[in-house]
Amino acid sequence: MSDRLNLQKLLEDLRHPYSDDIFRYASLVFAASVLVIIALSMVVLVQGAYPALTKFGVGFFTRTNWDANVGFGALPYILGTLVTALIAMVIGVPISLGIAIFLAEMAPDVIRVVVSNIVELLAAVPSIIYGLWGLYVLRVYVANYVQAPVQNSFGFLPIFSGNSYGLNFLTAGLVLAIMIIPTVASISREVMVSVPTTQREAAYSVGATRWEVVRMSVLSYSRSGIFGAAILGLGRAVGETMAVTLVIGGTTGALALPTSLFKPGQTMSTILVNQLSEAESGSLQLAALLGIGLALFAIAFAINVVAQLLVWRVLKVQGGAVE
Amino acid sequence: MRRFKDRLAFWLGALCAVLAMIPLVSILYNVLQKGAPTLNVDFLTSAPGVVGQAGGGIGPAVQGTLILVGFTIVIGVPLGVLSGIYLSEFGDNSIGRVIRFLNDVLAEFPSVVIGVVIFTLIVLTFKTFSVTAGAIALSIIMLPIITRSTEESLKLVPNSIRDASMALGIRRWRTTLSVVLTTAKSGVVTGILLAIARVAGETAPLVFTILGSQYFFSGLSSAMDALPLRIYRLALLPYPYAQAQGWGAALVLILMVLVVNIGVRLATRGRLYSTRSRA
Repeated sequence: MSDRLNLQKLLEDLRHPYSDDIFRYASLVFAASVLVIIALSMVVLVQGAYPALTKFGVGFFTRTNWDANVGFGALPYILGTLVTALIAMVIGVPISLGIAIFLAEMAPDVIRVVVSNIVELLAAVPSIIYGLWGLYVLRVYVANYVQAPVQNSFGFLPIFSGNSYGLNFLTAGLVLAIMIIPTVASISREVMVSVPTTQREAAYSVGATRWEVVRMSVLSYSRSGIFGAAILGLGRAVGETMAVTLVIGGTTGALALPTSLFKPGQTMSTILVNQLSEAESGSLQLAALLGIGLALFAIAFAINVVAQLLVWRVLKVQGGAVE
Repeated sequence: MRRFKDRLAFWLGALCAVLAMIPLVSILYNVLQKGAPTLNVDFLTSAPGVVGQAGGGIGPAVQGTLILVGFTIVIGVPLGVLSGIYLSEFGDNSIGRVIRFLNDVLAEFPSVVIGVVIFTLIVLTFKTFSVTAGAIALSIIMLPIITRSTEESLKLVPNSIRDASMALGIRRWRTTLSVVLTTAKSGVVTGILLAIARVAGETAPLVFTILGSQYFFSGLSSAMDALPLRIYRLALLPYPYAQAQGWGAALVLILMVLVVNIGVRLATRGRLYSTRSRA
């Protein structure tokens, strides 16, 4: 019976000479939705931000006010994003590279499997839970064991001034550092694994130790891919929202300027979470917030394009199974 | 000296690995220790109490997350799977390369930006926070993940299988849907499950779309609660009961997410690939 059915279906197929083309173009339409989404996002944000951009001009990106009477400027939040992302990179990238080298070149198989699974799980924990943990657990450690001693010794320096609650740029940067580790570690590990074995064997054959092989063959060969991985981490740190929102304090205007590690502040993504849903429709504040959204879109887009180009090129050279 | 450097590098690498484990262990420990005492049937099913007074639960949030994820699957999975089919089966050209590239860019895109776009496009236009807006935002986050994993799974299917099917006179589209997709089924499903786990924990886009609510589901065009949102709102409250409930809700959420992740990892042991990094 099923044979007959199949034959029937076959004949039906043959009767539709365009069925393949239809399927091909239908799936293309779905695939092209990515294009539509990105283009539409750009249009929507530009349109929404237009009132603020025309009113304040370039000044929108250099002003520090955040007040309906005086006007809106995005500078503190752009700087806040940069500072927290920078802290995250300074702490997170070296640790990630250590993990990647360890997993790709040094660890015994059993440890490799266990550690790489744990790193993947770290990536699976939702952002809001990092936020909760940062707020109730990490913040306390930062306040008691980092902030208090540093302020006791160096509190006179403006960069270490601030209250003692632990809701500050440093805590936000630390949470971000933890959150970018899975991304940076797993991608740079892939890049390292894709270094041809002949490179390693060449170094081993002249008597290099394992570390020397890593340094001379692996790291120099995969430099640009590792750089790409770090940039992807930067992209994640820049766009990360909920975890930062809960630990950064959420000040606005000139108060949010990142002048001290131990000061509460605000980033581009956190001010969106804190204010957008309550902004009045048609107000200048809404346009200013969408302007920040547009800036975040542009930064994230640029970062990701660069990172993908770097990582892609490296992994593609190897061809075959990778891509 | 060179031996010493080699040993040092090994232990430094191991140290980094341990450092990365500390947060995960601490998070799991805290969520379990502080969340478990709150957990009971009543907490999971009843509506939140009056703000500022202990009592009540996270029923609307649990219900909301299930509805939202279900709705997101309905939009996101067909979209993602068909995009993946295009890239794998017909994507070996310049259009395919552009789409693949933008897809990877979108996959790493900040979810907050997608929330802002949907807020402007849908919430402001229809002048109401809605479940639909939330599901659309989450679908956009889900789309590139599923597209990528589907493409990768389909590419693992040997061409000989496609040839065999075509040699029987079966058309390309039926070959793709009935033969190739069936062969790659487990990989495709794995990708879908991981994408579901990922969007279930998303919070930022929900703040602008479904907003959060004290009440149970009341229609697709009104505000609704969800677990990550409830955790966020509870974390903003200064009361000890809110903190305890926050940990309880976090435990429920992390269980949902980790069970899927660990389950998938165990089921696909050996042919492991990650949906986050491009493998």
